[in-house]
Amino acid sequence: MALRHVNAVVVGAGAGGGIVAKELAEAGLSVVLLERGKWYTAFDCRKDDLRNQRTSVLGCGFGPDDERYRRVFVDAQGNERVVLPSEGVYGNNAACVGGGTASYGAMAWRFMEKDFRMRSTYGAVEGSTLEDWPIGYEDLEPFYEKAEWEIGVSGDYTGNPFHAPRKKPLPMPPLPPSREHEILKPAASRLGLHPFDIPMLRNTVPYNGRPACMRCRWCVGFACEVDAKNGTQNTVIPKALATGNCELRAQCVTKEILTDGRGRATGVAYFDSQDELQVQPADLVVVSCAATETARLLLNSSSRLFPQGLGNRYDWLGRNLQGHCYAGTYGLFDYDVYDDLGPGASIAISDFNHGNPGLVGGGVLCNEFIRLPYQFSSMIPPTLPRWGKAHKDFMRQVYRRCISVMGPAQEMPVFEARVQVDPRVKDHWGMPVARLSGSNHPHTVEVAKFLASKAEAWLKEAGAVATWPKPPRVGLSGGQHQAGTCRMGNDPKTSVVSRYCQVHDVDNLFVVDGSVHVTNGGFNPVLTIMAIAYYASAHMVEAWKGTRFRS
Amino acid sequence: MRHSGRITRRKFIQVTTAAAAGSVVGCTNKGSPWRFFTLQEGWTVAAICERLIPADQDPGATEAGVVNFIDLQLMGPYKRYRSNYRRGIQGVEQASLQKFGRAFTQLSPESQDEVLKELEQGGVAGEAWKDLSSKDFFTLILGHTMQGFYGDPRHGGNRGRVSWKMLGLPYPPIRGRLHYDLTKAEKS
Repeated sequence: MALRHVNAVVVGAGAGGGIVAKELAEAGLSVVLLERGKWYTAFDCRKDDLRNQRTSVLGCGFGPDDERYRRVFVDAQGNERVVLPSEGVYGNNAACVGGGTASYGAMAWRFMEKDFRMRSTYGAVEGSTLEDWPIGYEDLEPFYEKAEWEIGVSGDYTGNPFHAPRKKPLPMPPLPPSREHEILKPAASRLGLHPFDIPMLRNTVPYNGRPACMRCRWCVGFACEVDAKNGTQNTVIPKALATGNCELRAQCVTKEILTDGRGRATGVAYFDSQDELQVQPADLVVVSCAATETARLLLNSSSRLFPQGLGNRYDWLGRNLQGHCYAGTYGLFDYDVYDDLGPGASIAISDFNHGNPGLVGGGVLCNEFIRLPYQFSSMIPPTLPRWGKAHKDFMRQVYRRCISVMGPAQEMPVFEARVQVDPRVKDHWGMPVARLSGSNHPHTVEVAKFLASKAEAWLKEAGAVATWPKPPRVGLSGGQHQAGTCRMGNDPKTSVVSRYCQVHDVDNLFVVDGSVHVTNGGFNPVLTIMAIAYYASAHMVEAWKGTRFRS
Repeated sequence: MRHSGRITRRKFIQVTTAAAAGSVVGCTNKGSPWRFFTLQEGWTVAAICERLIPADQDPGATEAGVVNFIDLQLMGPYKRYRSNYRRGIQGVEQASLQKFGRAFTQLSPESQDEVLKELEQGGVAGEAWKDLSSKDFFTLILGHTMQGFYGDPRHGGNRGRVSWKMLGLPYPPIRGRLHYDLTKAEKS
């Protein structure tokens, strides 16, 4: 019944899996890349403001669908309910070839050196599993560079004195400044801050055979209509396929990782697009499903040797689920600031990522992506009625006169913020769904409030006549920046994977996605996921040459 | 009817998620111009939405087709909210009768706002609010009204892009390939 044996099967064609598939295929391994979602192209781009990855009230434009997927969400009071992907608490990222990179905002941050050494920089934080990474920035630097050049990043670091050491500049210049950029930049300088152009995985000049950004307003949450946004779906995955060594199977939902009596992974079982169960044997299994689904797949792969699931001997799998606690400030100006030039986000300050008095960590502050009208309808001051004439007046008067500055607060990992598998609820294929419970750390909320106050000061200096807060959310984190559930560490008793992303118990099983992040930085995490994918692939290829994985 | 364990589990999911919405629905709206709402429900929903986004120098929710949006979505992605609407509308009518002795649609705009404010604050008593609080229903219909008014016209609301015109969003609303010279960009 089993399909033809291959060298490696990679589960999940997102930021991590796409890169691993390409690196292994180029090294000569035969690879099967499994993806539960569809392969969209630029021509499938639907600029639908109610059905996309940012605003999914009518469904997730780039998966997963509301028909077949479920999760169980447990709130702070212990009440549990079944939730759909289009609901916020599901914590969705995406399900398609490219994963989140097909529709993301595409900020391309390198973490800072201290982001890998949070524990030794700040000490222990009560109620948090804050820890150093087993690797440092210097281990990832060459791979950050590789991601920037191979996937394609635009921007300009030179205005940011806080960035970590780097060898090469970015391959593309930033976009010309938008009106918001021109208003915010001198204001930041007057405050003694250091504004600079956000690095983005977006073409600003023709690159990799694809054109430059046309600056439409439909960016974050949408696929790019002119294919100027760089994800794995239009860079490394086509390259992987071009080697002839990699087969991409879309709409295939992995059921479990198979292991033998010696405790080695032998392949995966998956449901194909016709819901038929298939077995794909492989020498090497790589899981890249993002923090929630990766943990779920490992938990669902229990067996006699691994009764608690794979990589869960010491009960660390699925824990420390984190993302980012976003907070910021809206500023009202007495003139039009809206110029309809996408993507919207363009200027950042990294002055508050570290060294904030009395606080552990911090985060970058950026102006926001363009707010589409429905999104904007809930971004109102707390004193304003949510409806009626007053609300309509607000929309009419403020929509074109509002700048929003937001920041992702680096989260303090919490052991009880976790992914489990639900004992009762199953998905369309009969597999136990992810069960999410726990909350973010109180200190994370403090850091976010601090960031919001700095955003407010920046907007006021820029001339905002009124400001109101976007307060931080208290509750479980995760979502599009989900990370942490398969912590990387040297001690198998307090982590899930090794410094090479290898599951401690099973040496031919790797986890390559945000799950391995010990901490998630005060930045959007995708470039770090990509760098880790290159880094882990290099190790896999090297080990492969020593025939380590041949059974 | 098959009897495998998997079906049973699926059944469980259906029950927990859909809240048995389908069984409440039935063909109760014969003769109605709407897909889901009865004629009278449609009037009540229109009256509620019109207070949430009232007409002034720019069109309000009703003229923008918000009822059409909600009705259409209740046949698709919002199927799971059908029973909430059916009970919520009843609850609004009960609250209106109790407070003013008249149907919601018969009230003055000021009285309608009073009823809606009570719903918004929650704690409205009555048969209809046993399983669904008035606050939750208010939040539900408010969200859907904003979607129908400010969202893309393709979903049945925002007729003639009235809200986008109101906000001064430049036309065309979707700048696509036609406005972009790909051949020029491909030369490097």
